[in-house]
Amino acid sequence: MGALSEFRLLSPASAAEAVRLRGAHPASRFIAGGTDLLPNMRRGLVGAEVVIDLAGIGEMREVQHTGDVLRIGARVTLATLAADATVLARLPALAQAALAVAGPTHRNAATLGGNLCLETRCQYFNQSEHWRQANQYCMKLAGDVCRVAPKSSRCYAAFSGDVAPALLALGADVEILGPQGVRRLPLAEFYVDDGMRWLALGPDELLLAVTMPLANGWVSTYEKLRVRGAIDFPLTGVAVALRRDGDTIGELRIACTGVSSRPEFIAGLDELAGKPLDDAALATAERHIKRGIQPMETTLVSVPYRRRATPVLAKRLVRRLWDEGS
Amino acid sequence: MKTLLRLSVNGRLREDAVAENALLLDYLRDTLGLTGTKQGCDGGECGACTVLVDGQPRLACSTLAHSVAGRRIETIEGLSTEGNLSRLQRAFHEHLGSQCGFCTPGMIMAAEALLRRNPQPSRDEIRAALAGNLCRCTGYVKIVESVEAAAACDEVSA
Repeated sequence: MGALSEFRLLSPASAAEAVRLRGAHPASRFIAGGTDLLPNMRRGLVGAEVVIDLAGIGEMREVQHTGDVLRIGARVTLATLAADATVLARLPALAQAALAVAGPTHRNAATLGGNLCLETRCQYFNQSEHWRQANQYCMKLAGDVCRVAPKSSRCYAAFSGDVAPALLALGADVEILGPQGVRRLPLAEFYVDDGMRWLALGPDELLLAVTMPLANGWVSTYEKLRVRGAIDFPLTGVAVALRRDGDTIGELRIACTGVSSRPEFIAGLDELAGKPLDDAALATAERHIKRGIQPMETTLVSVPYRRRATPVLAKRLVRRLWDEGS
Repeated sequence: MKTLLRLSVNGRLREDAVAENALLLDYLRDTLGLTGTKQGCDGGECGACTVLVDGQPRLACSTLAHSVAGRRIETIEGLSTEGNLSRLQRAFHEHLGSQCGFCTPGMIMAAEALLRRNPQPSRDEIRAALAGNLCRCTGYVKIVESVEAAAACDEVSA
């Protein structure tokens, strides 16, 4: 792996100062844990003349539990998140997703915000400069065509964060700080289905925190498929949240990762409300999942496998939650 | 550009002029000569560069040196005292937890953090704590047994 290019390292003490610095230095990047950004910079995938370190911003490391809302700062590490008592007890999908990211050593550095903003990935992009040059580059960096969809006008690199689908299923919102102040939007609106511009985040905006309801009656879970049991990014990842009304489905939410350029909240599942969880309901869920995802040749593992495995994993998790929720 | 970096390495306070884009791994190996911390995959995938930052295992190859200013860094060189191997180093030696040896410093630092937090870990807890460390020689069985032996040794001495 190559050496890091030269850059200035700035260490603001507040989020407002970080946003001001980002605005003052157009060729800058925020760094939190750095577990994804630094290898990407060393491969020449990301460049920056100024790197703004968020490590010293205490306000972004807070977990606040107010009434029925949990607010988690974007700089909270995944290890802290996975061990938080409220998250473990009330939002198990979030704890499981945080624990599914990479390995334990990464999670001590990697952050909630970093995983939500994770650079999209593709087997034609996450390679050395030498490899990419020998393969005529790709649209995401220095090339003209998307190598997995050559006729397409857009890039199909896959979003591969584990935490985002869990938070989508749990109904989270994001807080974004920009020069004009704080704006809030549902997490689903934070993402764009485009491998090159996958975040609805302005150039001088900073993801500050995530808020989510602590609603009663919900059970949730997250699981991913990967080649090895640790370190690897998801081939597909599925988060499920279920509210059971006696013998019928109150509400079912499913979100997937690794199978589109954004984490996908599966639409159409509200038609299952009031119905029992039987084979017909699971078949309906499978139909909506297959319609909602679009795995491409972004990994060495084949598209048909990921397309078939995603609903299988989802149905397995729904059945497990159904039994838990009774 | 180099700026002053203050931190503690293996119990000793240091002040060094370090480039702002220097990795913790390069600072430890090249500036301080602490080459026990290995440069393996060099991209955060193998764990050979694992060191402790305030007692937590971290990847030195994916950490900027200046991002750990003021923190307490421990490397494999800091474990032995007065020429005596630590309990984990001794256990890896006696239970064949090390073959080619390249992954061993990272394995031992990750295991050290585990035993400080959880002195009597189960086999599953050991495997989970070492899940980010790759070994191409041992097949992991002897590594897990070495950590178990170090934990048992602690139990006896306690």
